Amino acid sequence: MSWLLVACLMTPLVTAAASFVAPKGGSQRATVATCGSVLLVLLAGLLLWQVAGSGVLSAQMGGWAAPFGISLVADPLAALLLFVSAAVTLAIALFAADDVDQARSDAGFHGFVQVVLTGVVGALLTGDVFNLYVWFEVMLIGSFALMTLGADRVQLDGAIKYIALNLVATVLLLTAIGLLHGMAGTLNLADLHRVMAERPDDGMSTVVATFFLVAFGIKAALFPVFAWLPAAYHTVPITVAALFAALMTKIGVYSLLRVGSLVFTGEMADMHLLLTGAGLATLVIGLAGAIAEQRMRRLLAWHVMVSVGILLLGVALGTEAALAAAFLYFVHGMLAKAALFMVIGMAERHGAGERMDEVGGLQRLSPWLAAAFLFSALSLIGLPPTPGFWAKLAYVKAGLDAGSVVLVVAVLLAGLLSFLPLMRLWNEMFWKAAPTPASTDEALAALTRKPGAAPLRQPMRAATIPAGMVCGLGGLTLLSVLIGLAPASLYALAADASATVIDPAPYLQAVLGEAPSDLSTDPSITETRP
Amino acid sequence: MIWLLCLLIGALASASVWLMLSRNLVKFLFGLVLVSNVANLVIIVGGGFTPLSPALIGGANAVMANALPQALVLTAIVIGFGLIAFVLVLAVGTYRVFDTVDMDAIRFAEPVDEPRIVDPEQVDDGVRS
Repeated sequence: MSWLLVACLMTPLVTAAASFVAPKGGSQRATVATCGSVLLVLLAGLLLWQVAGSGVLSAQMGGWAAPFGISLVADPLAALLLFVSAAVTLAIALFAADDVDQARSDAGFHGFVQVVLTGVVGALLTGDVFNLYVWFEVMLIGSFALMTLGADRVQLDGAIKYIALNLVATVLLLTAIGLLHGMAGTLNLADLHRVMAERPDDGMSTVVATFFLVAFGIKAALFPVFAWLPAAYHTVPITVAALFAALMTKIGVYSLLRVGSLVFTGEMADMHLLLTGAGLATLVIGLAGAIAEQRMRRLLAWHVMVSVGILLLGVALGTEAALAAAFLYFVHGMLAKAALFMVIGMAERHGAGERMDEVGGLQRLSPWLAAAFLFSALSLIGLPPTPGFWAKLAYVKAGLDAGSVVLVVAVLLAGLLSFLPLMRLWNEMFWKAAPTPASTDEALAALTRKPGAAPLRQPMRAATIPAGMVCGLGGLTLLSVLIGLAPASLYALAADASATVIDPAPYLQAVLGEAPSDLSTDPSITETRP
Repeated sequence: MIWLLCLLIGALASASVWLMLSRNLVKFLFGLVLVSNVANLVIIVGGGFTPLSPALIGGANAVMANALPQALVLTAIVIGFGLIAFVLVLAVGTYRVFDTVDMDAIRFAEPVDEPRIVDPEQVDDGVRS
């Protein structure tokens, strides 16, 4: 079944190429992208089914045996995240088909979404650390193109900061890989696991681990190095914001966990306090930003950081239950964040401005939109019966079992405090009456005093939302509802994934092809982190 | 020989950090170009630097350079070239749009909020008429 791994990787790549050469001027490019996304969802579903049934799958590129060639590996974690990423991207492709304007579409918008997806799939599936860097670059160049297509002043401003800081992260990642190769003499993750476990600890590995931590930290928008996220996420078209919020930071955390658990097992344990602190600080900054924010998109952008912080707390605790909770949270966060950004996009179709005082009365205009928003918002807050509730429940249980008061309190407080910005958003967008012309005039008067003021705003109105946008948001929300009602099978998958991360023996065996008998008895590998 | 390269890496890294701390976008980009070359040098040095002996050429007993870091650097150079070309074009675009390369002056994405007190005279004079 190793062809499946290559097929998952090739599908978005070929789709991107096909979308670039499809005729301009119509909806053909979007159709090609949507078809490719459907195919990838099917393949990823098959892969997830295979991996859940028969364990870790691997493929050696070009037939070169493991430590010498490039390996593709699908363990339960990668397969689960691949499936969710594919599903979210399908929803986004449907949404984009109707939302993105013709100029952007002709400039290759739908193709670049697939390029980003190619990078995501590659980063999830690769078993080689240099190859991971290459897929990050693929993801990056696709995201650069999406950020700058048809750029106005605001978008260009956000893009230049996003691009500059992400390039610094890339250089750090490359340096870290160079040092790691010099130190261990191999780049294969499974082989690195073996080499690093046998290597005497001389402090060099801590230096390299720190390089990796900072590089992935910038990608994931961790506390001291997060500034690019709130500067950029609100400036892009809403489809791009949904895509980035769902995938990009999550891939940063995934790579941190993958490299940390396989290569720097001891260093991850040593950095427990550092990671917890960074997670907490990310959480607090994200919440503070979201609570203080008046603009809807920026509020959601800040809230992306809350998800990252909670994910990192789970990764930092590192017990099997905590990782399983984090994987549940991965899935729920991807679905809910993309859905909320889509809701904002639809609200703008109804005439909403970017500030909260330029929106209102949407509950009357579009009750279904209100329902979709409420479900995803409650999921982020963590009330039953949403997937977010089950993720938080798993977190609290893992924290109590491990005796980590910090994790329990942080996760519960984060849920409680998320209530403030998200319910304020709910009140302002849906429950409040639509802004009256008088107050709009006042807002205009304030705006016209600035250079480059916004054009005259139209009042809130009923609008026909195109079918693709409805399908995209509806599909995501439906998936969330299903997970919320029947979380057991997803939790079983997450537990399976975390078991493979804690004890990577199946991963090593699938890649290196031999039973690592001398390793499974090594206490430094199988021990759980504090 | 290897210590010379290490000194070069140190010098280039310090120069690039100094450049990247500038709020001038062009200086920042020069720093970025430098530091991506530093990363390439780190790969070469880290992979075991063997002067005067090429990779893959020589007999069974000849000293051969490790080919892998060279392949990695080649990949990294190509990728870096593409990215930096993109960013340089973006910088030109930024200068054309904003007419400045001072990053502190470019605050359209995150405007400093003015106090939202509506001046009644302004409203009467202008918009409401």
